[in-house]
Amino acid sequence: MENPNEKRRQELEKYFDKKGPFVFLRVAQMKRAWQQKNRRELTWWESTYIPTVVSGIWLTSKHFFRNLTLHILHTVGLFKDIPASATYQYPEQPRPLAKRLRTRHRLMKREDGTPRCVACMMCETVCPARCIEITATEHPDPNVEKQPAEFILDLGKCVYCGFCVEVCPEDAIRMDTGKLDTSEYSRESMIYDKKRLMEE
Amino acid sequence: MSDILIKFLLASGTLFIMFNIAGLLTWVERKQSALMQDRIGANRASIFGFKAMGLFHAIADVLKMLSKEEFVPAGANKFLFNLAPYLSVTFALVGFAAIPIGNQLIMGARVIELQAANLNIALIYIFAMMSMGVYGVVLAGFSSNSNYAFLGGMRGAAQMIAYEITMGAAIMGVIMVFNTLDLQQLVRAQGEYLLGGWLPKWGIFVQPLAFILFLTAATAETKRTPFDLPEGESEIIGYFVEYSGMKFGMFFLADLVETVLVAALMTTLFLGGWQVLYLHPDGFHFPWGAIMTLPHLAVVGLGVLAFFLKVSFFIWFLMAVRWTLPRFRYDQLMNLGWKILLPVSLINIAVTAIIIILLR
Repeated sequence: MENPNEKRRQELEKYFDKKGPFVFLRVAQMKRAWQQKNRRELTWWESTYIPTVVSGIWLTSKHFFRNLTLHILHTVGLFKDIPASATYQYPEQPRPLAKRLRTRHRLMKREDGTPRCVACMMCETVCPARCIEITATEHPDPNVEKQPAEFILDLGKCVYCGFCVEVCPEDAIRMDTGKLDTSEYSRESMIYDKKRLMEE
Repeated sequence: MSDILIKFLLASGTLFIMFNIAGLLTWVERKQSALMQDRIGANRASIFGFKAMGLFHAIADVLKMLSKEEFVPAGANKFLFNLAPYLSVTFALVGFAAIPIGNQLIMGARVIELQAANLNIALIYIFAMMSMGVYGVVLAGFSSNSNYAFLGGMRGAAQMIAYEITMGAAIMGVIMVFNTLDLQQLVRAQGEYLLGGWLPKWGIFVQPLAFILFLTAATAETKRTPFDLPEGESEIIGYFVEYSGMKFGMFFLADLVETVLVAALMTTLFLGGWQVLYLHPDGFHFPWGAIMTLPHLAVVGLGVLAFFLKVSFFIWFLMAVRWTLPRFRYDQLMNLGWKILLPVSLINIAVTAIIIILLR
């Protein structure tokens, strides 16, 4: 008997070139046709669901009894180095962060405690979320010329793209505090000023 | 007078134990699923810093449900809407009355059957009560004045009718083998031994096919995954969409109570109820000849313990099934029920009948 999918595939081949915009579509179509062609009918034994049900319950039961045994052993104080779960207990046990992960910002300081930032407005300009707002003022040291009177960063708007860090000529802003959980009760307290940014 | 008092104590004791097991199942379900999926599970609720492995989450859940708004949708039939959850829970709970939890306890001249109601039609009674449970589902779907709930109720009715028949047909074989409808007598009949005293005459060994059929149908009867089409909380929306607060909680509880009931029923029918291997009324008689005599109270106590251990095993198994298998599609469900399980159970009846006649 002729496979209806095979016929359909041959029909479809007329419409699609080997090259051209529909090449991905055609690949998907051919893959599906291959799957249809090589599709295996379930055997009588498989169609009773029993083998799959048994193997599934066997798998989950293995995990259940392994973890149960480990939990019991942990309470006694044995095998503490083998974890009984794959999860992190978040607030107590934070997930290890990657070294280069972009986390909450901080402003770097000079040796005398003033911010390293020279208020060049590069970060404010580059910021795609427009969450940085710098008010410049004069620095007492004439070699530095400028410093920010206020450096406002709205974490409610920030998209953590890291452009401000990339663009800073003075390495004055960094995103390496390792703090991810910026949760506050109001939008206003999401707005970080110079003092809060330099605390970190 | 004291007879009534004893009956009352027995009935309330059974109800108390079963209700508590069902309540505990919320915790068991969370912890077991967590262990199966390499998680920790509920462990945050605490009273004065004691967490007790998350046991307080069961209490926290109930408190949450009790303090939620009781919502009745506009246009709903208020009486039926309020009646449905009570029907579900009640009919699930009264089934326990006929489950024997132990052998007869002899205290002086008094003989106490450890069964809340000694019915000689206990099996039929339990099945009647379990079938009544479908009214809770249908009424909930029907009275909510919501299309989703209505469809869920219809799915529930179709499924429960389909699987009830298989369930009834599957136990026909057991009834024929043990020749009784009285569950206490049925358990007592399972105390005999086959193969020279080695193999107990438990239902699972005499009627293995009926066991698998009954297990499948009973899982469908509890309306839990893989047969949770009436509910389908997150996707296909079940008969209790419109319910909130403790009324929803009662449907939830009815499921868990039914799980316990089905586990108890399977224990009674197929795993020898309160029978302990090689334990006779006067102590252990091992097939290799050894005899260990035990006092009467210890024998009865061991029986009750064995019953609850077997029930716990079945509860564990039903939970494992619930957290392992994905949901059936509706056509697969109906095909399985009507085209596979029902014919196979009828064949099982015929084969059992022929074998019984041949052995006679």
